[in-house]
Amino acid sequence: MRVLVPGASGMLAREVVRELLARGHEVQGIDARPWPGAPAEVPIHVVDVRKRAAEDIIRHFRPEAVIHMATVTHLREKSEDRYRINLGGTRAVFEYANAHGVGQVIFVGRHTFYGAYPDAPLYHTEDEPPMAAHSFPELADLIAADLYASTALWRMPNLKTSVLRICYTLGPARHGTLAAFLRFHRVPTVLGFDPLFQFMHDHDVARAIAQCLEAKLHGVYNVAGPPPLPLSTIIRGVGHQPIPMPEPLLRLAFGRLGFPSLPPAAIAHLKYPIVVDATSFRKATGFEHRKDEGQTIEAFRKSLRESSPRSVVS
Amino acid sequence: MSEEIRSRVGRLDIPWNQYGIDPYGTARDDLVWFFEAARALYRSYFHVQSFGFENVPARGRAMLVGNHSGGVALDGLMLIAAVFLEMDPPRLAQAMIEKFLAHVPFASPLLSRVGQLTGLPEHVVRLLRDERLLLVFPEGARGTAKLFWKRNSLVQFGTGFMRLALQTGTPIVPFGFVGGGLAIPTIANSYKLGRLLGAPYVPLTPWLLPVPLPVRLAVRFGPAMHFEGSGNEDDASIEEKVEQVKERIRQLIGVGLEGLKSA
Repeated sequence: MRVLVPGASGMLAREVVRELLARGHEVQGIDARPWPGAPAEVPIHVVDVRKRAAEDIIRHFRPEAVIHMATVTHLREKSEDRYRINLGGTRAVFEYANAHGVGQVIFVGRHTFYGAYPDAPLYHTEDEPPMAAHSFPELADLIAADLYASTALWRMPNLKTSVLRICYTLGPARHGTLAAFLRFHRVPTVLGFDPLFQFMHDHDVARAIAQCLEAKLHGVYNVAGPPPLPLSTIIRGVGHQPIPMPEPLLRLAFGRLGFPSLPPAAIAHLKYPIVVDATSFRKATGFEHRKDEGQTIEAFRKSLRESSPRSVVS
Repeated sequence: MSEEIRSRVGRLDIPWNQYGIDPYGTARDDLVWFFEAARALYRSYFHVQSFGFENVPARGRAMLVGNHSGGVALDGLMLIAAVFLEMDPPRLAQAMIEKFLAHVPFASPLLSRVGQLTGLPEHVVRLLRDERLLLVFPEGARGTAKLFWKRNSLVQFGTGFMRLALQTGTPIVPFGFVGGGLAIPTIANSYKLGRLLGAPYVPLTPWLLPVPLPVRLAVRFGPAMHFEGSGNEDDASIEEKVEQVKERIRQLIGVGLEGLKSA
């Protein structure tokens, strides 16, 4: 299949591109950032996905599917910029795809859609609304992008649309919110809380996205691998030290004394779990994770030890 | 740490992963110390007498449904201890706990590590489909708020448990719990203090704090009740079924009180 990957230079997207190649697909990427050392058979077009040039790439390449991974997730970007990039980019991807006869679009979203709040069911299902959207303004654009992507399900009936809500990734790519949080030797936690965290190996995420492509899923799906673990278990598994701190102190510590820099709203994510039920996805695709929770933690731990610079391990 | 508890935890029908955690966040090692403490309360502090375990299924889904007795959820803890310590193989009863506890530091992860989840219909259905043993107090917080002189009465039952039991085809094992009202004789409930602490209320005793007295407690399970239906029936027919359960619990409380008197 001819597959276009907007956001192809991202760490997780690179895994997806490699997985697609291994499965015999023809892949091109679009990204504002270059990908030095990209596989020779994968052209990476360095353009903004919202610009006219991106549409022209679709006209020429005529992809049968688009895997949209061009959302900004890190919290360094200013909120307004992120809003424009994530929503404008998502709109552009769907409109180009619809206008140029692309058969299928996969929106790669996140399980943080559901939010972390105390009276949530432990396993979230796809029918739930984003109950904590108000409490974490820094994630509002991603929630909006997820909901916007879902509108393609009825607005663009000729398009197979899948909206994936994928749990945290962990592994050799050392990429993603959880990986960034665990990178520090002293990992702050909220005193008196130890929520369950759900994560899966980078390679399994790439396989899940590829299987979604091949199954031509149409709908909203949670994607997860092994069952969740308490945060403290994960931190120790990585070989790092959890530092439980009273909540008010933790707010002050973010971004100081070698602690990660996080917005205050992130504290809810360190108190309450976000765990998803991925049964529907498994049923629809036959997906099974290959790396269990222990192997995933070990892969991440090893890659942290091996090299401090952020080189990509394939 | 005693071998008895460790071996019992090992015989629980729970799928542990390599870290000794189940898919709900229950931790095998935490269960060991939890049941050490619960056993001390159950055997040494309170002297709990328990009857009717032949009515509790040895495996598979079931709902233990009974009355609240005592100003804090001591009855729940003793129930969980009873089916763990007295049954062979032991079972882990999973209570549907008050929502406010999820906010409370230390209580929130502690309850999660010993298999106790917030009382949500989603949790009930998921655990039952996983063939777990559920512990339900349909009186809810109204039940723990019972004052001393009303200690053996029953307040209004919620009906959600019945709909969920019908929906999942789950047998209901009724139980009566007596003595908790003597352990914690509530003379008043302070809703103001409760608001301050983020709880629905705080029970007050003659010695102010709800510290329980080492009295005799008794729990009695009755034969399992099987109801037919989809869970989609109108309120009246659900309430009629709930009333049957309530009546059975009332009888079990009566038998329990007789037992405590003659002991």
